[in-house]
Amino acid sequence: MNVLLWVGVMLIGGAGSVARFLADGVVAAAAGRGFPVGTLAVNVSGAVILGLITGLALGHDQALLAGTAAVGSYTTFSTWMLETQRLTEERQHRTAALNVAVSLALGIAAAGLGHLLGAQL
Amino acid sequence: MLPQADRREIAAIFVGGALGTLLRAALAEAFPQPPTAWPWPTFAVNIGAALLLGYFVTRLTERLPLSSYRRPLLGTGLCGGLSTFSTMQVEILKMLDAHAWGLAAGYAAASIAAGYAAIQLATAVVRRVRVRP
Repeated sequence: MNVLLWVGVMLIGGAGSVARFLADGVVAAAAGRGFPVGTLAVNVSGAVILGLITGLALGHDQALLAGTAAVGSYTTFSTWMLETQRLTEERQHRTAALNVAVSLALGIAAAGLGHLLGAQL
Repeated sequence: MLPQADRREIAAIFVGGALGTLLRAALAEAFPQPPTAWPWPTFAVNIGAALLLGYFVTRLTERLPLSSYRRPLLGTGLCGGLSTFSTMQVEILKMLDAHAWGLAAGYAAASIAAGYAAIQLATAVVRRVRVRP
């Protein structure tokens, strides 16, 4: 067990979470209310980067730091679900269903695109 | 333009995110899964984080007095760092790549259904507790 590696995981995870907060804020402020575009933008961009990192076939420690810690903390599942549930509560069923479908479809496509790019490098 | 964000808020997100990420990474390292197996570590942290986020956000916005650092620390930081969207997408991609269509569809559907139900449940539990007069 490498203590330095796990300290790195924590520091990078903290930074990834702050990056998510800032990116979400910027996108949400630009796009306005209605559809949770901030979380969508964060999650889809993160899926591209993680796909790319997986395509690179990094060593164990590098993959842990860059993939699991950095991109893993940058993207979020819980906020995606919270925003979907709150949309349903406000009786915006179509927007809620769209938020699930679009995130999932774009997320898988983004991961696939990133993987292709990474394998080319 | 960056939105207004004070230093304390950023620090709270950083600390929560560091802890959530540590927990998620430790689980992923302790239980490595082959691409055609159900990704229990990711599934567990995602559903657990959804449960916690539903609880925290409902309690903080509907039950507790306004606080400037609790939501960033517990919601944006801890739950955001604990849960992950990108890993889930890459896992689904690998399942599709291995032609495990049923597993991919089942994993996506179960994650969304359980994640949604977790938010709903946690929210309902908090709202059942009456506000003190």
